Amino acid sequence: MIAKLVAALILAAVAGPAFSAETARVVYLGLQDDPYYEPQRVYTGLSLKDRNRPLDGVRLAFRGTRILTRAIGIEFELQERLLGAEELAGAVRAAGDDGAIAVLLDLPADRMESLLATGSGNELLFNIRDGADRWRGADCNANLLHTMPSRSMLTDAMAQYLRFRRWTRILLLSGDALADGEEADAIRRSTAKFGLKIVADRDFVLTNDPRRRDLSNIALLTGPPAHDVIWLADAEGEFGRYVPYATYSPRPVVGAEGLSAVAWHWTWERHGAPQLNQRFRRIADRDMQMSDWAGWAAGQTVIEAVTKSGSTNPGTIVETIRSEEFAIDLYKGVRGSFRRWNGQLRQPILLATHNAVIASAPLEGFEHQVDTLDTLGFDEAESPCLRR
Amino acid sequence: MKAVLVAMALTLLAAPAVSAAGSGLAFVANERDDTLTILGPDHRVAGTIDSCARPRGMHFSADRKEFFVACADDDQIAIYDTATRELLRRIRGVPAPETFDLHPDGRRLIVSNEEDATATVYDVETGELLAEYETGEEPEGVQVTSGGRLVFVASEAANLVHVIDLDADEVIADILVDTRPRRFALTPDEKELWVSAELAGMINIIDVETLKLVGDIAFLPTGFRPEQVTPVDVIMNSEGSRAYVALGRANHVAVVDVRKREVIDYILVGKRAWGLELSADEKTLYVANGLSDDVSIIDTGTRQATTTIPVGRVPYDVLIDDR
Repeated sequence: MIAKLVAALILAAVAGPAFSAETARVVYLGLQDDPYYEPQRVYTGLSLKDRNRPLDGVRLAFRGTRILTRAIGIEFELQERLLGAEELAGAVRAAGDDGAIAVLLDLPADRMESLLATGSGNELLFNIRDGADRWRGADCNANLLHTMPSRSMLTDAMAQYLRFRRWTRILLLSGDALADGEEADAIRRSTAKFGLKIVADRDFVLTNDPRRRDLSNIALLTGPPAHDVIWLADAEGEFGRYVPYATYSPRPVVGAEGLSAVAWHWTWERHGAPQLNQRFRRIADRDMQMSDWAGWAAGQTVIEAVTKSGSTNPGTIVETIRSEEFAIDLYKGVRGSFRRWNGQLRQPILLATHNAVIASAPLEGFEHQVDTLDTLGFDEAESPCLRR
Repeated sequence: MKAVLVAMALTLLAAPAVSAAGSGLAFVANERDDTLTILGPDHRVAGTIDSCARPRGMHFSADRKEFFVACADDDQIAIYDTATRELLRRIRGVPAPETFDLHPDGRRLIVSNEEDATATVYDVETGELLAEYETGEEPEGVQVTSGGRLVFVASEAANLVHVIDLDADEVIADILVDTRPRRFALTPDEKELWVSAELAGMINIIDVETLKLVGDIAFLPTGFRPEQVTPVDVIMNSEGSRAYVALGRANHVAVVDVRKREVIDYILVGKRAWGLELSADEKTLYVANGLSDDVSIIDTGTRQATTTIPVGRVPYDVLIDDR
């Protein structure tokens, strides 16, 4: 650190623009009229889960750079692009030609897939939205980093917590949506990894049909065999919200309801988190969510790499982010870095109810030969990613 | 902050031997209870008083007859009578104060405003806002030099140490340091400024004359991983031979040979040790343990914790009335 800094990082801090010869540019790319961000209405016009673009989180990261510019003489610029489906790939290439350091992708899976398939450039990309393991596994891409935790990191965090509490007998309840199937697979994998036992693996269906009561009646679905906890895979939430307090036995519900694994929580009070939450609330007028945090973390990664390297050259920035000593402050206590084998941001995962953080994984007692954060998600040896 | 206290005491008394005076009571700010715990000289709890909301940094006035408490959640600095512990007055409208330092003139209080990314200067008598300087996000530690011209402010989120020239009324330098700079200590000769970098797990040393980084000290008590070592408070003895560094999550205080820049010892304390304070005779070190809600008392001669005192929730800082 010293060697790098002694060079010339102490600059007389007079008027900022006087020596801001360079600009570090980052592009946020989202899909116009993205159905994902339409209100997710259920019966009677209720919206169970409001989704917000992670843009506020990205803005928050860049908002803090003014004084940094005074210190290092590099300006930071965030370009916000909401484009139609056919313009996305062109926008990434244009960003690269324009010398942008990175493009932050807030895209649906099919758009991300076609963009990664056509884009042959060397632009540094950040996935700030999709938690699917495929992007970190079979469909991984050498230029793609992920600040959103993978699905398996979240289910591993939950499994660690259940193991920690010795709630080892799991009743798994999953819906028939595609996402529920993927979630249930991740849960099965995590329970096996941490020595939990799925004593019953059941599907539920949203129906009032009396002939299918075994698939829709919560008391029937949560009956014997004896279990310690009910783990729910229900992306939509319309079924899941009726499960707690309606079970056959008095057992806690985790996963989609009750205790959930998240990258961020608006009540997290350790490691400086209240300050980040307050700063976010001030610019966005709402609580900071997991997606906002992922956007913020991507912006923060680029800012940190520019600061550390003193460069705006995209190649230098990629090298800096990949270097062993690169670390960013995630407001979760430990330094974050990116897994070399699949580009995933290492990070603690919070286990939270609707209004409190109960625990933070990795939990005490879960050890790893290199980094305890790698107890969450696919480790190097088991990763199908051929990025290496 | 504490180093300057020692330095100030020395300047005022113009003698290295500090004669013991004061009540011998120690005040502990409990961030989450909105209270101050009063500890007797026998290291027992002598009482608890209500304070304003989320009390954090504390500081004596120049004559030590008053002390100041930064209250982050109701945006004020509360001023108490040291002898009676009665609230005397408040400086209101100070946005989310975290820590502060008193200028050698005894009048100007330099405060870091965590949520506003500013450092502000207040007149402690009138409560008037005298000056405001922009910092990076989440400013924390504040350190004034004994000459009173330079002020250092650490900005946690921007990894910067800002250097304010009070005479020139401007920020004259922004020094890039390691991740999450928190607190300062000045060597008694004021040639070196020590900065704790919480997430880097080290102390950065800045040469005060050139304002350049000249050294690092890394910490790693046995059995801990680097990511668990999160140094926050740092304090030096008056002759500048020893420094004590609270290692946060590593639940230890590091003892450092200042001249050699080497760790001599690690002392086991409570959970998430942050705030440090030395008694006037420098034989006792008080350590505020934020996550075990207690204060460890360390004998600096044997370098052992002799007792642990339960206080309020999330103790942040300690002041000792023994000079």
